[in-house]
This record gives sequence, structure tokens and C-alpha cells, in this order.
Amino acid sequence: MQASLLSIAYLIGSVTFIIGLKMLSHPASARKGNLVAAGGMFLAIAGTIFLYEEGGEKLHNYGWIFSGLLIGTVVGVIAARKVKMTAMPEMVSMFNGMGGACAMLISIVEFNHLAHTPVSLSISNGNLNAALTDLINMVSGGVDVHVGGKLLIILLGLIIGTVSFAGSVIAWGKLNGKVKDFAFKGQHIVNLTMLGIIVILAGYLVAVINNSYVMEEGSYHVLPQISISFYIILALSIAYGVLFVMPIGGADMPVVISLLNSFTGVAAACGGFLYNNPVMLTGGILVGSAGTILTILMCKAMNRSLKNVLIGSFGGPKTGGAAKEQTGSYKEISISDAAVVLRYANKVMIVPGYGLAVAQAQHVCHELEKLLEEKGVQVSYAIHPVAGRMPGHMNVLLAEADVPYEKLEEMEQANGEMNTTDAVLVLGANDVVNPAAKNDPDSPIYGMPILEVENAKMVIVNKRSMKPGYAGIENDLFFQPKTSMLFGDAKAVLQQLVAEVKIV
Amino acid sequence: MDAILDFIQLHIEMVYIVILSIFLGIEVISRVPAVLHTPLMSGANAIHGVVIIGAIIVMGKAESDNYLALVLGFLAVILGTLNVVGGFVVTDRMLEMFSKKKK
Repeated sequence: MQASLLSIAYLIGSVTFIIGLKMLSHPASARKGNLVAAGGMFLAIAGTIFLYEEGGEKLHNYGWIFSGLLIGTVVGVIAARKVKMTAMPEMVSMFNGMGGACAMLISIVEFNHLAHTPVSLSISNGNLNAALTDLINMVSGGVDVHVGGKLLIILLGLIIGTVSFAGSVIAWGKLNGKVKDFAFKGQHIVNLTMLGIIVILAGYLVAVINNSYVMEEGSYHVLPQISISFYIILALSIAYGVLFVMPIGGADMPVVISLLNSFTGVAAACGGFLYNNPVMLTGGILVGSAGTILTILMCKAMNRSLKNVLIGSFGGPKTGGAAKEQTGSYKEISISDAAVVLRYANKVMIVPGYGLAVAQAQHVCHELEKLLEEKGVQVSYAIHPVAGRMPGHMNVLLAEADVPYEKLEEMEQANGEMNTTDAVLVLGANDVVNPAAKNDPDSPIYGMPILEVENAKMVIVNKRSMKPGYAGIENDLFFQPKTSMLFGDAKAVLQQLVAEVKIV
Repeated sequence: MDAILDFIQLHIEMVYIVILSIFLGIEVISRVPAVLHTPLMSGANAIHGVVIIGAIIVMGKAESDNYLALVLGFLAVILGTLNVVGGFVVTDRMLEMFSKKKK
């Protein structure tokens, strides 16, 4: 009865994940979809806690389980509620890392179960026949008792979960600026060698595990070298995860996070195999495959191939194009001049970027837009697919400030209107308006679609300084005669602009 | 090799589930607008938090003298919960902004 109730809970859980993902991919139903999936998850977790049994025995250690759940829930809710909208991508990366770490820990514990099988216990569990067969097989040596397959799954969960954990933590550090890009000559060869060693070592363990048990004090234990190899794989996986993400530039971090996200999905699915648990399996694999597709879609939005992202070390210190010094002169514009330009333009296009997000200037930006509209200026926002730190990041921020949806234009639409635009106001965006992506084949961002702001009559760029943007590339746009620079923090500058526009 | 073949044979139903789920995952999100990439990634991130179930099983099966399993299992439960709860809450917060503008 209880077992079938649990099966039904898992079935509902799996179905809600599918429906949830489906709903999440449509703007109108997205929020409900998230809640549907959350509901299914709750059901599956509650079912596991109260209904799960193995060999006729229920789970124990409820105190530990509930305090773990409580700590996780409290910390998770606080972290997720408190985090600023700008820091959202880091947060997602961190949560993803937690999932990877969870899979890693499960694998470590399960390996230790596998490595030390107390003989008496298996028999007292009631499953006498199975235990006996296992014993006979083990003693006779070499006959398969499925231990190899089980180890394979444990190792897969360990390797993928650990790489995802280590990689996500590095991605988190990179997004909030704590970790700098780091690459050395031949890094790809080192990475590939490391991956090779991990695979060979894992294959070796799976091949020899059957013959590696010794009996000691009534239990079976694996030979010490098996355990040592297991922990070497763990250490190498951490190192691989770190070195895998290290050289990838900040602008490509969303793609990496999405990829690691699907890794964690696969690691969770390994748990599904291990425990014969259908909801872990479907949930994990769904995220694994959907995440992979999402990663490819994101790459497409940036017109980059996945291979390019992973091997190209975007914006890394090695890329020749980035090092090219730009020596030219740029001109500055005063707040009052900028206000006049905007006030008497017919059509103004605002290009928001990460600078706007960091300065928390979305509200005052909306204020400026409303003010200009009142004075008869047509204002719209041009949203590059990867403006900010993640696809959709700007849409979320501007929506927070109540900017109407119709005012947000996607890249193709905005580019079509550039010719008829009198003034473009670039707010803390850089790489997404860099003409080098079109003109300079040496540039690391060459080929990325950009907002062609240089087609407008005039460009006002608000930046804090002349420092290059996130990808570390100089921007020709700033040196063009059409362009005027308006230095300062986006929020302060916008507030002054609002005040000026009111009086001109 | 034998171990792997044997394993597939033993879990053939799960292998079917895996393959069908792969196609389903691809099918389900193949037409998502760029605006929703971030929330979708975040939602998927919360869903793979289903790994928490494994952590609960590890924790619930741990013998009271097996400190390694107890400590690691406890940590795993905390981390898994963080992934699930944090993931869903962050996604909801992102999507809240979208629904607001509909009004």
C-alpha cells in the first residue's frame, strides 16, 4: 500500500516536472509552471521521507533529515529573497553547485557502503536469498554480482557532480569578480589529460572491483588501492572542474552555467539508477537534455558555437585581438548638453547594459523615459539577447521598474530602427554595441550579433570610465565622431539628466 | 564490459526512460524565447535538485555508528534543500517581474 502510494507520488512528481518545464518556456504560463514543478517536488520529497522503505525497513534518522531540510530551507529562502536582481546569475550558479555537491556526497557515501559490506547485516536484512547469492558469487571470485555496474553509476555521479560543483563555484566567483580569468599555455592539453586519467581510472575500478574484496572480521572490504583510486578520481574531478571554467571569459559565463546545470541534471539521474528511483531519473535526465538544448540556444543567441565557448577562451589573456591598444581621442558631453539632445530628439533608443544593473538605475531610467515621452519624444529600449550577465537579465530588471513590455525591442527590431533614431543612450553597455564584432576578424567577439548603434544620428555613451568592458576588449565606438561620452555612475547621471530635461 | 552489458540488461526499463526523457526534454523547450532563457535555466536548476531524494535516502539508511554516512548525508540534505528551495524561490522572483508587466 505504502509502496504503491510512493510510486504514485513519484509518478505525479515526474509529470509535474515535464509540465512545469513546458509552462516555463511560455511567458504567460512561466510563473505557474515553476509552482507546478515545485509542488511536484514537494510531493516527491514528502513521499520519500514518510513512505520509502527498503527491504521492509523504513528510513530512520528523522531528526537529522528534518534539521537538514530546515537549515537548507531557511538559508535557501533567505539567500534567494535577499539577493539583488543584479546578482541573480551568481545565485543560480551557486544553487547549481550545491546540487552538484549533493550528488558528489551521495556518491562518496554509497561508495563506502559498497566498499565495506558487513556480511551479517545483509542477511539480517531479511533478504536472505539475495545476500547468499551475493556471498557465494563473491567468494567464488570474479562472478558478476552487479557490483561493477553499481560502481560505474556511483563513479559517474561522483565525476559529473563534482565537476559541476567545482565549476559552478568558479563561475560564481567569476561573475561577482572574486575570481579572475586564468589560463596558461597548453591548458587544454592538461585538461584533456586530466579527463583521460579520470576516465581510465574509473574504467579500471569498474573492471577490477569484483576481484578486489577481502574478508576481514566478518565483513567484506575492498583493497585499499581501490579506495585510494576512488579519492584520486574525486580530487582530479575537482581540479578538472576548476580548470575547465577558469579560462572561460566572463561574457560566456551564462553558457557555462547552463552547461553545468545540465551536468548536475545527469548527476541526479545517476542517483535515479542507484536507488531505482524514477523521479530522480526523469527529473535529472529532463534537466540534462533540456539544459543542453538551452545551452545551445544561448550560444545561438550570441552567434557562438559551444565548441568556441569552451575552447576559445573568450576574452581570456591569450586572445591576441584583446591586447590591441586603442589610441584615439574621444569627446565628452556635459549633462546639460546631453539633456538638450535627448529632449529635442524625435526618437531616442536606450541601450541598457550591466552598468545600469550594477547602479540599480532601472527605476530612474524609467523616470527619464516617462519624462521624455511626456515632452513628445518617442523612447524605446533596445535589448541585446545577452545584455547584462545572462540572456533575459535586462528584461527582468526593466520589468521590475515597471517599464512597459511594448517598449522593449529585441535586437533585430531595434537594429531595423537605428537609421531613423536621432539619439542612442547607451547605459553601461559595452561589448553588445562594439562594432569590432562586425569589422574586426581578429577580435574575440567577432561574429557576435550586436546592436548597430553607430547607424543612429548620435550616440551618447554613459560609462564610469574608459576601461574596457567585461570581455576585456577595447570599443571603437567610443572613438567615433558621432559618439559622445558621458562619464559617471549610471544612476547619478540619470538623476541629473532627469533634472536637466525638466528645465530645458 | 560484461558488467556494463549486465547492468543495462538489469535496468532496461530505466534505460528506456532515459532515452525517452532525453527526447522529451529537447521537445519541451525547443521553442523558448530568449527572454525566458534565464528563468528557464533557473527553473531547470531547481528541478535537478530532485537529487535531494537520494540524500534523504542516504541519510535515512545511515547506521547510527556510521559517522561518515551521517555527516556527509546530513551535509547532502542541506545542500540539496538549498538547491531545491533556493532554485524555486529565485525563479519565482524572476518570473514575478514578468507577470507584473502584464497588468
